[in-house]
Amino acid sequence: MAGTGITFESVSHTYRPARGRPVLALDQVSLAVREREFLALLGPSGCGKSTLLYLLGGFLPVETGRISVAGAEVSGPGPDRGIVFQNFALFPWKTVKQNILYGLEKQRLPRVEREKRAQEFIDLVHLTGFEDSYPSQLSGGMKQRVAIARTLAIDPAILLMDEPFGALDAQTRGLMHEELLGIMERRPKTVVFVTHDVREAVYLADRVAVMSARPGRIKEIVEIGRNGRPAPEIVKSREFADKVEHLWDSVRKEALLAQVQRSEGG
Amino acid sequence: MSALARYLPLLLLAALWEIVPRLGLIDASSVPPLSAVAAAWWELLRSGDLVSNGLSSLQNLCAGLALGVLVGASLGVLMAWYRPLDDFVHPLVRALYPMPKSALIPVMILWLGLGSASKIASIFIGCLLPVVLSAYNGARGVDRVLVWSALAAGASRRAVLWEVVVPSALPEILAGTRNALALSFILLVSSEFVIGQRGLGYLISFLGEGGAYDSMFAGVLTVAAVGFLADRIYLAIMRSALAWRD
Repeated sequence: MAGTGITFESVSHTYRPARGRPVLALDQVSLAVREREFLALLGPSGCGKSTLLYLLGGFLPVETGRISVAGAEVSGPGPDRGIVFQNFALFPWKTVKQNILYGLEKQRLPRVEREKRAQEFIDLVHLTGFEDSYPSQLSGGMKQRVAIARTLAIDPAILLMDEPFGALDAQTRGLMHEELLGIMERRPKTVVFVTHDVREAVYLADRVAVMSARPGRIKEIVEIGRNGRPAPEIVKSREFADKVEHLWDSVRKEALLAQVQRSEGG
Repeated sequence: MSALARYLPLLLLAALWEIVPRLGLIDASSVPPLSAVAAAWWELLRSGDLVSNGLSSLQNLCAGLALGVLVGASLGVLMAWYRPLDDFVHPLVRALYPMPKSALIPVMILWLGLGSASKIASIFIGCLLPVVLSAYNGARGVDRVLVWSALAAGASRRAVLWEVVVPSALPEILAGTRNALALSFILLVSSEFVIGQRGLGYLISFLGEGGAYDSMFAGVLTVAAVGFLADRIYLAIMRSALAWRD
C-alpha cells in the first residue's frame, strides 16, 4: 500500500438547506493526518467536524479545496476508508453475521474466506454466540461493536469514526475505549475520530485537532505524546490532566460562541 | 382476552340475526334468519356455484393485486431515488389519488371488453396509488447513513437501491399492500356487479335480482369471510417478513 496519509487543503463547505440561507460549515480547513496516526477532531456541536469526516469519506462532494489520501484525490466513497457512525447504521433486517458479511461480499471474497473472516471479527469484538441476532435484539454497546467489526472486517487502511461512542452510557463507553485501543494495537490503522468529549479525545488520540465554532476551522493541534505508553497509565499522569484542562478551556470558548450563534438563529 | 370474549360480539350479532326475523320484528323476506342463510350457503356450496365463482374472483383478485403491488412498489421506490421521475409522476399521483377508482370500471370495459381483463385492470388501478405512495414514503425515509455504509463497503448505486433502499422501505410497502388488499376486494366485487358473467359479486347481484335473498346473503357473508381471512393470512406473512423489527 502506498501509504495512508491524509491531507485537507483549504477545504470549505457550504450547506444549502432546502429552505433558508446557505450556511458556511467549514472555512478553509487545512490539515494533515500522518500514516497510522490516531487523530481526534474535537469541537462543539455544529462546528462542522462531522462534515469534514463525511467529505473525507466521499459521502459529500468536495466543492472547494482538495482532500487526498495517499496522494490520490478523494472523489467518492471507497472501501479504503471504513466508517463507524454514532447511531451504528447497522442494516436492521440483517443479523449480526449478515451485517458483517455484507462488506465481505462486496469485496468479492470467496465464500469460505468470508465466513472465516466474519467469525474472526465477531470473536474479536466479543459477540460470539450472537451471530444470528438482529440488531434490535442487542444493546447499544453490542450494536456499536457489530458496526466496528463490520467496518474492520473489510480491512480499510483508514478508519473514520463519527462520535461512535456518543450514544452509549459512561460505563459502556469506557469499555469500548479499552476495546478500541486493544484492536488498534493488534491491527494498526490511520484513524480520524470525531468527538466533543475532551477526555475521550485525549485518552484515545495521538494528536487532537480542536475546531472552532461555525464556520469550522482548525483552531489548534495538540500532541498528546503517548510514546507507546498504555492509555490507563497516561490517564494517571500530570500531563494528561494538564492537556485535558487546556483542551477543555479551548473547546469551552468555542462552545460558548456556538451557543451565541444558535440563540441568534444563525 | 379469551377466545369467547373476543367472539362474543359476533355471536350476539348472529343470535340477533336469527331471532329478530323469526319474531317478525323485521320482514323475514328482506332479512332471512341466519339459519336460512346457512342452509342456502350449504346449497350454494353443494351445487358448485360458490366454488367456481369464488375461484374466478380469487384469480382476478390475485392478478390485479400482484400487478398493482409490483408496479406500484417499483414506481414508488424509483420516484424516491430519481428526482426527475418524481417531478414528473408526483403531480399525476396527487391529482388522481382522490378519484374513486370504481368510476373507471366502465372505461375499462370500453377498452378491454366484458371479461377478466377489465376486472383485473380495475383492481390494478385501485391498488396502484396506495402502494406507490407507501413505497415512495418508505424509500424517501431511508437513513442516509445506511446508504453511506453500503457505499463505503464498496456497493454500487444500483446495489444500494436493491440492498438498502428496498429493504428499508419494506415495512411501509407491506403496510400499503395491506390497504391495497382491502381496496382490491372493493374493486373486485364492484367490477363483478357491472361486468357479470362470473365471480362472487356477480353471484350476489344475480341472486338478489332473482329474489333469492337467503342465497344472496350467503354470498355476501362468503365475500366478508374471504376478505377477513385474506387479511389475517396477509398479516401473518407480513409479521414473519418483518420479524427482524422486534
